[in-house]
Amino acid sequence: MNEESSKAEKFLELFNKGKEFTEELLRENQRLRFRLASMETEHGTREEVDRLRAEVQQLTDENRRIAMRFKEVEEENKDFAHRYIEIEEQNNNLANLYVASYQLHSTLDFREVITIVQEIVINLIGAESFAILLLDEKTNELKAIASEGEDVMPGVDTVSARLGDGILGQVAKTGESYYINQDVEGGTIALDRPLAAVPLKIKEHVIGLIVIYRLLQQKDSFSAVDYELFSLLAAHAATAIFSSKLYSQSERKLNTIQSFLDLLTTN
Amino acid sequence: MRQLISFSLKRFKNAKIIEAVDGVDALKKLSGPEKIDLILTDINMPVMDGLKLVSLVRQNAQLKGIPIIIITTEGAEEDRERGLALGANAYISKPIQSSHLIKTISELLAV
Repeated sequence: MNEESSKAEKFLELFNKGKEFTEELLRENQRLRFRLASMETEHGTREEVDRLRAEVQQLTDENRRIAMRFKEVEEENKDFAHRYIEIEEQNNNLANLYVASYQLHSTLDFREVITIVQEIVINLIGAESFAILLLDEKTNELKAIASEGEDVMPGVDTVSARLGDGILGQVAKTGESYYINQDVEGGTIALDRPLAAVPLKIKEHVIGLIVIYRLLQQKDSFSAVDYELFSLLAAHAATAIFSSKLYSQSERKLNTIQSFLDLLTTN
Repeated sequence: MRQLISFSLKRFKNAKIIEAVDGVDALKKLSGPEKIDLILTDINMPVMDGLKLVSLVRQNAQLKGIPIIIITTEGAEEDRERGLALGANAYISKPIQSSHLIKTISELLAV
């Protein structure tokens, strides 16, 4: 009996130890599972952070690139705005040049051509006082045939010069335009010292001059388009004046011949 | 001058331009059957000058609402003030810049 109870106690003791060991294994297992799970979570977050960090870096780069492009586009935009203003100005200048040349060749009437030249000089160049001189090839003298602004430049209506003499004579002789920028060069404007003298040329043959003494109050100096207008005037006005003069001369001659013929046929 | 303006106004495709030789002629045309949307006038004109024209248009019940632009060689500030005081809507000094003229017309007609 005692032997049996001792065996039972030993078995019970062994069973309890086994139970404790099993329980300890289960606890350890659970602890490890928890650790594993937490390690897995920890590991996952880092990857995510790395991924997000890379994404942020990418976005920052993208942002920088876009900012740079924006700056570039802004510069381009400014450039386009400047170009637009330039083109608008060119457009304006071309319109003025077109109208000027169109008007100059719209008539063969000498006085009308002169009036058109005067209109161009006033309306498009903005001159207040000026004269148009024609060269008399027999006397080699330049004489005013039209003028404006006698009140601000007395004597402008009778201005004259001999070919080769003084500024006006030299411009007519050489065919080279003369300009001064009064703001920069100063000096007094006189009948023989104008602001500008532009030769009226047919090829290299000078037939007269446009002489400018004073600009309108609101105009400080000549602009780039004025020089374009001057070269247009130098050529087109000369042709228009010359052809209208020839036309009126031929008209006169035709009338004379016609009268003569009428006289002959009547008799 | 009138040709330059007419050429500049070609940009307004539906615009019909009626020209007048002086202020009296302008008033006659303004009283005609055509409906005028805008008046462009110089100051220095024969028979009746531009300032008188502006003043008469502003006194006329039928015409007083028409916008007026003065285009002139008179560039002094007092001339400008006088023109605007008489009732002009804009004052443009010569030499003419067609782009400026077009901009002014566009603003006045809101086109």
